[in-house]
Amino acid sequence: MPTIIYEQPDGIRRRVDAPEGIDLMLAAKRNGVRGIEADCGGACACATCHVYVGDGFPLPEPEPEEQAMLAEVAAERLPQSRLACQITITSALDGLVLRIPARQF
Amino acid sequence: MRDGMLILGASHAGVLLAATLRENGWEEPITIVGEEPSPPYQRPPLSKGLIAGEVEPEDLALRSFGFFRDAEISLELGSAAVAVDPAGREVTLSDGRRLRYGCLALATGATARPAPFEGADLDGVAVLRTLSDALMLRERIAAAGEVVIVGAGYIGLELSAGLAALGGRHVTVVDCGRRILARAASATLATFVAERHRHAGTRLILGARIARLNGAGGRVTDVELADGSRIAADLVVLAIGVRRNDHLARVAGLACDDGVLVNRAGRTSDPRIVALGDCAVRHSRFADGALVRLECVQNAQDGARAAAAGLTGKPVGMEPTPWFWSDQLGLRLQTAGLTSGVDRTVQRGSREQGRFSLWHFAGPRLRAVETVNAPAEHLVARKLLQAGCPISPAEAADTRIDLGARFLRREMALSAP
Repeated sequence: MPTIIYEQPDGIRRRVDAPEGIDLMLAAKRNGVRGIEADCGGACACATCHVYVGDGFPLPEPEPEEQAMLAEVAAERLPQSRLACQITITSALDGLVLRIPARQF
Repeated sequence: MRDGMLILGASHAGVLLAATLRENGWEEPITIVGEEPSPPYQRPPLSKGLIAGEVEPEDLALRSFGFFRDAEISLELGSAAVAVDPAGREVTLSDGRRLRYGCLALATGATARPAPFEGADLDGVAVLRTLSDALMLRERIAAAGEVVIVGAGYIGLELSAGLAALGGRHVTVVDCGRRILARAASATLATFVAERHRHAGTRLILGARIARLNGAGGRVTDVELADGSRIAADLVVLAIGVRRNDHLARVAGLACDDGVLVNRAGRTSDPRIVALGDCAVRHSRFADGALVRLECVQNAQDGARAAAAGLTGKPVGMEPTPWFWSDQLGLRLQTAGLTSGVDRTVQRGSREQGRFSLWHFAGPRLRAVETVNAPAEHLVARKLLQAGCPISPAEAADTRIDLGARFLRREMALSAP
């Protein structure tokens, strides 16, 4: 199972062994990772699963809808900004670090 | 053992309250009592992906078992609370056990409203509220040829959309209202959505009262309308709304109206008891201070965050803009704000392209925004409503204006020190 690392704004890290096929939001929610709210349950409707993705991993480009949502996230939007619900976990993401912003709404 | 937090209700409101209390540093014991035997699950997909077979029950967990264990949140599943004794700070469960509490949270939700006509006890008549309802319904659908859905609210229509996508069945939606979504959407949006449902092959019978459900040998055979006409059915789904579960609170003597009365932090008339989610009613700044009871995930989540903040001495914050969403027939429908008192509506974007929004005003003030396939615009609308931005109908309708850039940036500039 790939390991995903969720990093809180204070630097504290949490390693989650996540099954392939589910998305980065769901893996966080199921394991109670703080700061990933996902109010809509993963429908790309709320932009409260905002994360900053680490470099060096083959991530699919955001769809136009996700791009437009990222303009409205609560915390600062950076080039690394993504919505965790829109990225499916594969073995290629083993070791990916996701930084969690200080606020989601 | 110390008397900690006892939460009645193991759905979105109850579980997020427990989780947020722990995040806020609550160290006392937390117990969640849930009537259903299944571990806490997400409800929205029940009428969407689950019926369509796109998601399975195991995909729906609100939190993993490991989470509850690590956070030391005890789950008492499959047991219902039958009485609350505020003086003795004690809750009685259906199996006779009594649980003491230091603080009590009522997150008891709502139950499918009983049918106001005969025949609802026939075999082949279903409701859709719980996971077990949904799984049973999914089995029934596999064998059904003539499906009648009673109620053209969001649940009934999400279900009919799922059935239309599956194909191979006649699907009829019956409602006593003159239009679909009478309670939850504007007439303009309802007309647009109704057209899509008809186009998908669903028959909509509106303004029709149901006289009774008829059956043979204990099984439903047809739905009889008040005008005497009959619609053949081997499956009837009742999607006629819910009743708030505030009975325990009423018997316990808590102040109630259309639900358990609470303040912004979820506090009831008993300082040791909070209530949140579908069962709670409160004054809303988005309805000119009128009492509002909402039945949506956002309300459950906000109620949980506000109550957790209040209980742990953290700032509760302003009431956030109410919002909800529905997915049906490839349409992402989202509503921000409340539509009561609306007297003027302008459209933004093109209905023909299936991507537009309706901006509703009460006098000069923006009151609610309905978006179709425009989730980013929905987020902008929520922020505008939240900040009480002085946007005019003409500006809202003008697609040359980037609303986020113009109004939100200006708001931020104004609020900067």
